[in-house]
Amino acid sequence: MTMTMLSARGHRPRAAGWLKRAATTVAASALLAACTPSDTEQGEFVDINRDPFPSSYTPLPSSATLITGATVLDGKGGMIEGGSVLMEGGKVVAVGTDISAPDGATVIDAAGRWVTPGIIDVHSHLGVYPSPGVQSHSDGNEVGDPVTADAWAEHALWPQDPGFIRAAAGGITSLQLLPGSANLVGGRSVTIKNVPGRVAQDMKFPGAPYGMKMACGENPKRVYGDGSRGGDFRPHTRMGNVAGYRQAWADAQDYQRQWDKYERDYAAGKDVLPPKRDLNLDTLAGVLRGDILVHMHCYRADDMGQMLDVMKEFNYQITSFQHATESYKIADKLAENNVCSAMWADWYGFKMEAYDGIRENIPFVHKAGACAIVHSDSASGIQRLNQEAAKALADGRKAGVDISKAEAWIWLSQNPAKSLGIDAMTGTLEAGKDADVVLWSGDPFSVYSKADLTFVDGAVIFDRANPDSNPVMDFELGQPAEGDVK
Amino acid sequence: MRKLISSLALAAAAFTSPAFAEDIAITGGRAFTNGGSGEVENATILVSDGKITSVTSGGSVPDGYRVIDASGKWVTAGFMAADTTLGLSEVALSGGIVDSSAPREKNVIGISVVPAYNPASAFIANTRIEGVTRAMTRMTNTGDMWLGLGAIVKMSDDDAIAAEKAFLAIDLDEGAATEVGGSRAILWHKLNEKFDAAKTKMDKAAESDDDDNKKKDAKKPSAEDAAMNAVLSGDMPIYAIVNRKADIEQLIAFKNRFGVNVILGGAGEAWMLADALAAAGIPVVLDPSANLPGNFDVLGRTSAAAGRLHAAGVKVAFIPPGTPNARLVVQNAGIAVSMGMPWEAAMDALTVNPAEIFGLADSYGKLADGMDADIVVWDGDPIEVMSSPDAVLIAGDEYPLVSRQTKLRDRYKDLDRSPAFDR
Repeated sequence: MTMTMLSARGHRPRAAGWLKRAATTVAASALLAACTPSDTEQGEFVDINRDPFPSSYTPLPSSATLITGATVLDGKGGMIEGGSVLMEGGKVVAVGTDISAPDGATVIDAAGRWVTPGIIDVHSHLGVYPSPGVQSHSDGNEVGDPVTADAWAEHALWPQDPGFIRAAAGGITSLQLLPGSANLVGGRSVTIKNVPGRVAQDMKFPGAPYGMKMACGENPKRVYGDGSRGGDFRPHTRMGNVAGYRQAWADAQDYQRQWDKYERDYAAGKDVLPPKRDLNLDTLAGVLRGDILVHMHCYRADDMGQMLDVMKEFNYQITSFQHATESYKIADKLAENNVCSAMWADWYGFKMEAYDGIRENIPFVHKAGACAIVHSDSASGIQRLNQEAAKALADGRKAGVDISKAEAWIWLSQNPAKSLGIDAMTGTLEAGKDADVVLWSGDPFSVYSKADLTFVDGAVIFDRANPDSNPVMDFELGQPAEGDVK
Repeated sequence: MRKLISSLALAAAAFTSPAFAEDIAITGGRAFTNGGSGEVENATILVSDGKITSVTSGGSVPDGYRVIDASGKWVTAGFMAADTTLGLSEVALSGGIVDSSAPREKNVIGISVVPAYNPASAFIANTRIEGVTRAMTRMTNTGDMWLGLGAIVKMSDDDAIAAEKAFLAIDLDEGAATEVGGSRAILWHKLNEKFDAAKTKMDKAAESDDDDNKKKDAKKPSAEDAAMNAVLSGDMPIYAIVNRKADIEQLIAFKNRFGVNVILGGAGEAWMLADALAAAGIPVVLDPSANLPGNFDVLGRTSAAAGRLHAAGVKVAFIPPGTPNARLVVQNAGIAVSMGMPWEAAMDALTVNPAEIFGLADSYGKLADGMDADIVVWDGDPIEVMSSPDAVLIAGDEYPLVSRQTKLRDRYKDLDRSPAFDR
């Protein structure tokens, strides 16, 4: 039988008892007890706590807010002129044209302004490569080994990165922080709400699944092939890259089989010890179980083509290719295989595998029916993802791809939310969703428009009209231009 | 290879002399002739021999002119990216030689980048089809603080050098301090020492020139001496890369001491000294998107800087976000506007300001009689991210809106088995 405990998505919030156990705490469940033959003396079943660093996020205080008279993009392709959005209790309560304010609600007349779901950036290194970018802060690539699935981005997340505040001014409400791309497998990502906290756990998006970063192509073979880490390290080539992924998956399968056998044996009443924990293989096995989502840095179409077959060989799903500058060459295959592409509007040319980037990549992926996402991978770019979408939209239209602004916003919120496994909670303006909302000064597809207000869970995290109310990170206190507009 | 529009222009390609360039009239557009001002409705702009010969409202078109209809469109001078490595670098990371970088060489004061310039770089066409027709290009790193003599280039296939030895670039930032021993104390000492010695040498040469003209004629100055003399005599500016407020104060003192022309590049905290920079006549070249405290030299950076400097009377031009995307200097102008810079001033910063800062104001930057015909017809407000050019002229040649990127786009617009056959 399949043990519910191992197959459960243990990283999701569960009963408190589940969350608070240490990693190797022994526990027995009623289910197991029922299955255990009574005449066998068994040790207690060893279960792995899949959420040893649980979210301690709590929403900021908020009051009911009604935004009226705005052009509303709902994030799933719809547009409402003269629309209203009501937020209460941290949730979106209503979206439409004829919504009355509850008693005591703050009412914002947004005539001439636009309202959208908050932007979700699926590719950020804020916190792990924070500002200032000094060597002491370089915490994003655990380059010791080519496969470091045991490295978790959240363990390097410095919540004082001033970049979070700049991102809030750009309408970012949630983001995925990834390890870098030096390794074949870089480690676990973490998805956070863009609300500053004192420790990393204060920012973790409750209920968000983990992701795992992998990387194709030039970076791993350069990092390990240049000899600086010793001649024994592979890979040196793209051949070595693929060999490295496959061996890692084979090892993960073996590990998973050992745990499965332990569960079977225990269920059969045998007095068995579990396999030794391997933190690297824990994460890889989590992918094979479907609990952890793979986000893979790949530029070239042929690299992505190889990974689609590795994915099938080892029976896992690649959730997204990151950067994906050549997705336009294989957009049909990406649609068939249900893999998202997280892309820049126009970043290209800085290395060989980015040399074939084109400005129509995003709209061409969209046109093929594949999942298109605008991402940043940049502490600067994350501040203007609406402009990136605007450029991609304009270039797509000029190339004959008919896309509305309402559809294009899907690249910024709904598709990112889907690829992070948080679309049930955020990414669109619908009743019941988290009130992660941006009020823009005008059409957000204009370079001149700015976020006037950014809300996370109904609370204002950035207010352009009241600079003194906006957060200042510890690092910037007492420094030149503390609290300045940025 | 350039694909010119008409057979007449094809003939011009064979004879590169501008005398064979096409006569073109751009009609009906809303032209901004002087940066963000000098608006002319229903403008008729005549181009002959690579130059603008006339700009009028509703003027007639002489016989023999090919007409580009700009009705309902915006017309501006071609824009300039004020700090790049265009033509000096292709694929910067692991992609072969990068001529903008010479980490093992020092004291390159007299060395011009022009012999390394490659107008066939794929980035050139990608840049010009987005309306950026000029760029400053320079070395970015050497074994010390001296970055050689940079150039102003046209984004054209030939006759690309608009100004060789346009400035002497000097890195006076953290990275250069690391190269010269690890301290800014050494960096500034070495800078002053070099200029003291050059000034003494130049003064002595002038004295001996009075004594004995023949002797001077016999000895040609070294490339370094020639460059230093040009700087000290005010014929060539220095482009000083400095960010920290305290370092910018040192730079102002340096300028006052030697009386040289200084352009401030990078300029992360320049807005904190806006009045002093205006008083010292130091223009500022900056990236308006840079607003993070990326290191301890730029803790005060903000995207509001361009507007604040402009308001104080400082002449501003823009650095794009990287060389492959030099075209995004236009988006950077929009970022500056969104953070308080007037639209007109941002347009100036893309055209007339860099022209003046880098000594090209006689030939580039405006739509006016006698200027090089760098002209762009836009489908909307040029600074808007959803606008783009419908026509681009560089020195009177109209370039098709084709680049390596557009060819890839067209090849993969409809996916099939073997696109390589789709030629």
